[in-house]
Amino acid sequence: MWYYEKKLQYPVKVSTCNPKLAKFLMEQYGGADGELAAALRYLNQRYTIPDKVIGLLNDIGTEEFAHLEMIAAMVYKLTKDATPEQLEAAGLGGHYVNHGKDLFYDNARGVPFTAAYIQAKGDPITDLYEDIAAEEKARATYQWLINISDDPFLNESLSFLREREVVHSQRFREAVEILKEERDKKKYF
Amino acid sequence: MPTFRKTYKPYVSPFDPCPPLRVKTYETPAQLYLGFQPENLKQFNLNDALKHGTLWPDLYTPYTNPFETKKS
Repeated sequence: MWYYEKKLQYPVKVSTCNPKLAKFLMEQYGGADGELAAALRYLNQRYTIPDKVIGLLNDIGTEEFAHLEMIAAMVYKLTKDATPEQLEAAGLGGHYVNHGKDLFYDNARGVPFTAAYIQAKGDPITDLYEDIAAEEKARATYQWLINISDDPFLNESLSFLREREVVHSQRFREAVEILKEERDKKKYF
Repeated sequence: MPTFRKTYKPYVSPFDPCPPLRVKTYETPAQLYLGFQPENLKQFNLNDALKHGTLWPDLYTPYTNPFETKKS
């Protein structure tokens, strides 16, 4: 189970009214390399991974939901006071017709989330390598978001999230090293 | 020489519905350990290399069914 803390992991402040950014940020909300995909991927893989790295997948998967919440807060702040005309100008006309002001798990180009974005291969090394790749892809996405955004406050939160991808990638690489260790060698030879 | 298959003992609950598999395995093939392949590694003869799919014994990691090797 989870305990919920009614605050964001890192503060989200948006300085300019720019609904266009909301559309771009949705890549990290419902995109293939986004926070939802990450959370679902890790929390599902943790059941069948060797015991030594279950806790890591559990903790990182949980943190991804905290990141998802930050992205949601950004998208919400950028769209909640926009008129339908402003949303249309931001490329979110289709989103408004389908979902009104609700958020939805679409990527930056309006493609809805699908479980086909994630994998659970049943081979621990394979799964961890996918997880490392996912963190690097999310890091790259944050970099392009920072490049395309001219909002200094928003970029501060995005920089925090990018750094977390770096740390998670490092932890997954350490998990691979743990699985490579010859722990049980003596007992079975 | 590293082993290319690791074993671990997963947690077994007293309330599990099925008889437990107490030892599970996963594969850790050769490419995880080699780093940047050094020059002048020992080579198979050409016939064996063609059959094995690699010229180098250090990269040869054949897969066997772990459920069958456990029985024998």
